[in-house]
Amino acid sequence: MKDKYFLIIWFALGIGLASCDYDNFEAPESMLQGRIVYNGEPINVGYNEVNMQLWEPGWQLKSAINVAVDQDGSYGALLFNAPYKLVIQTAQGPFRSIKNEVTQSDTIIVDLNGNQTFDIEVMPYYMIRNVQISNTGNDVAANFGLEKIITDVNAKDVENVNLYINKTMFVDRANNIASNALAGSSITDMNSINMSVTVPTLNTAQSYVFARVGIKIAGIEDMLYSPIQKIQL
Amino acid sequence: MKKYIYILLAGLLASSSGCNDDEFLDKEPKNILLEEQVWNDETLVLSVLSNLYGRFPDYQSTDAWANYAAFDEAFASAAGEYGRHQNVDYGYGNWSIWDYGYIREINQFIQKCEASTGLSAETKELFLAEARFIRAGVYFEHVKRMGGVPLILEPLTYDFSGDPSYLRYPRAKEYEVYDFVIKELEEIKPTLPADVNDKARATQGAALAMEARAALYAASIAKYGASTPQVSLPGNEVGIPADMATSYYQTALKAAQEVMTLGYSLYQKKPDLGENFASLFYDKSSNPEAIWVEDYKLKSGKTVGFTIDNQPRYQSEEQQGGRLNPSLNLVQDFEKMDNTFAPLPVMDASGNLIHYTNPNDLFAGRDPRLYGTVILPGTQFKGKEVDIWAGYMRPDGTIITSNNIGGQADINGDGQSEQVVGFSGPINALEYTAQTGFYIRKYLDPAAGSGQIGTRSEVWFMRYRYAEVLLNAAEAAFELGQFEIAAGYMNQVRARAGLTTPLTTADITFDRIVHERRVELAFEGHQLFDMKRWRLAHIVFNGSRMTVSDLTSNIGKANKTSTMPFGLWPYKYLADPNNPSNNDWVFQIVLPGPVTNPDRFRLGNYYSQIGDDIISNNPLIVRQPNQ
Repeated sequence: MKDKYFLIIWFALGIGLASCDYDNFEAPESMLQGRIVYNGEPINVGYNEVNMQLWEPGWQLKSAINVAVDQDGSYGALLFNAPYKLVIQTAQGPFRSIKNEVTQSDTIIVDLNGNQTFDIEVMPYYMIRNVQISNTGNDVAANFGLEKIITDVNAKDVENVNLYINKTMFVDRANNIASNALAGSSITDMNSINMSVTVPTLNTAQSYVFARVGIKIAGIEDMLYSPIQKIQL
Repeated sequence: MKKYIYILLAGLLASSSGCNDDEFLDKEPKNILLEEQVWNDETLVLSVLSNLYGRFPDYQSTDAWANYAAFDEAFASAAGEYGRHQNVDYGYGNWSIWDYGYIREINQFIQKCEASTGLSAETKELFLAEARFIRAGVYFEHVKRMGGVPLILEPLTYDFSGDPSYLRYPRAKEYEVYDFVIKELEEIKPTLPADVNDKARATQGAALAMEARAALYAASIAKYGASTPQVSLPGNEVGIPADMATSYYQTALKAAQEVMTLGYSLYQKKPDLGENFASLFYDKSSNPEAIWVEDYKLKSGKTVGFTIDNQPRYQSEEQQGGRLNPSLNLVQDFEKMDNTFAPLPVMDASGNLIHYTNPNDLFAGRDPRLYGTVILPGTQFKGKEVDIWAGYMRPDGTIITSNNIGGQADINGDGQSEQVVGFSGPINALEYTAQTGFYIRKYLDPAAGSGQIGTRSEVWFMRYRYAEVLLNAAEAAFELGQFEIAAGYMNQVRARAGLTTPLTTADITFDRIVHERRVELAFEGHQLFDMKRWRLAHIVFNGSRMTVSDLTSNIGKANKTSTMPFGLWPYKYLADPNNPSNNDWVFQIVLPGPVTNPDRFRLGNYYSQIGDDIISNNPLIVRQPNQ
């Protein structure tokens, strides 16, 4: 008796599972990943601040696939094999796009066929150099330099520099427990900027924080950051 | 016998087929009105027109309280809206509008009304002018959210030829839409009545007030758009050339000055200045300040639920209310009577809490508009104290409170329980309590029953009022370098508010203009569009986390960062019963628990996204910048 019921259940399951296959679309399987780089060095940005767009031409309805750039400048998207147009919008990121040789514009053509790693070279306004973040007790101090990369008519000033700390690995202007800002005008030596911030009382105690430095460039929406560093208190 | 029946039936059949087919089938329908019936009857045309009036779009209005919590003016004390304070980015599609169905119906109205033969010439003229007023208003609403949009001025109809591409229109330039709005309003102005008591329909005052506001928006986009060159398109669908600013400012000033000749005046009926400012919004009997309103009427089917949503929890006539909690960010911006700015004094220089005898002593000596805009702790609504206090605080800083409204606990160990938290809260993360320590008073209806779902309220929503016209004139004059005139208009508004020390011409700065609009026009649907046209939105809502010191510094500055709504909680001080400071009031600045993330207004938010479906259907539409 029992066997008969099991048989029926197995039969029903079998039909149910088999029919799934008919309705489903194929899943995208090719991974496009890479980093936003300047001379091979990744450009660190804020969490969810910088986006790129992927367009797949040839369809009737045009809609972009938004790809967020991670805090360490990396990105990744699971896609179908197809030629894509990759665009970083002009106002996105603390950098300028480099004119693509093929398209003669900021559009980059990515012909995806299987997994692919693709670093995007851009022209940042500044690069953060020699970042050293250390602590004595609850005082976190940072020393770093700023190298101005774009020096022509498109050059921008530094609005302010900031030192951020957070309890989690998301550290930027939106995600922090303490920060300290220094106006760009009060920077005396671009090669050695010193800042410090005090770790406040942590609500659930933990023996470490994460820290990094962020640069706000005047007239540019997205900030430039240094790599995230774990600080043992 | 059967034979006779057949003959009779045959006869019947013959006679029925002999009917006139046309007449037989061509019955006048009883359930719908026909085109020629509608367009030849004045009452019916008016009802079509009132339908068009009733669909006029507003982003923030008393009809949709939650949008008031989108920025820093208020915290949304309703569980379903906490997400507003927990996400960071505003969606590119937020506050977008693309209502060509509505525009088509307005165009259709204009076409059919023009063709009608059954209306008197005078009525026809008036109706046409009113429809054009609505159309100008709707295009203004489109241009301030989307930038340049296709200007469609006649009803488009598809001919079913299989090729609809002839219906594709490109976006007009942003200034072309503003020019259209201004031109239309100028043209219809003479036809409209100059009656200052007509509030719900188009009047000369309404047309001129709209013209002044539109011209001011265009002018400031031209002027301040220069600071954000990224927010523009090469074809000027977005962005207005900077050299057009002056002429727009002149148009704005001229139109606003024309409104001043029509007989409107500032509302000044009550001796108590705070109460006067509050009643300006709910007093509907010969209100001299209202120019154009969205009107409501009890028992008519068109009533408003703003008071139900936002009445203080203690006074509530339902088991809800208290949703909109004005933020401390806004409250502290109300200046002191000597025209200076200061944070609310909750702590002295050495970090000790300052004690107050009454909870509203903290707010003494501030702009009376604060009382009229916000329900403060220690004040009343509907004749009853609102009961906003967060608990008892002992001298060592420990707090006794409860998680229920009006909750009880034993505070002195005598075995008796006492009330330890107000009946309106604040209780952290408990919806409908005053989680910022404040409730909204502006537009709240003090009439009995206004907070009942079965009754609701008939308080209108003012789209245009005289004080805004004065502030528009002041801003235009300021930008044109006429500081004397600007100060004059601004001081009129401020004197009515109760700030008796007039501002001098030297006091009139851009910061002052921005500040005056913030406090006078809070919760009236101006903030987003003001911040957009001054290109301040991405600076003020820049996505940076705020601290208390960020909050209390730079008050009154236009570019002050304000990304999270803070609150201020009153506590009763629980010292020794013989200590004179026992039962004093102390205050603490808090960030409501549901506020977990700052707001970030991206450059791509300046002009709302045009849907991909719209662009796919009409490739002539240019995408918005930075999205």
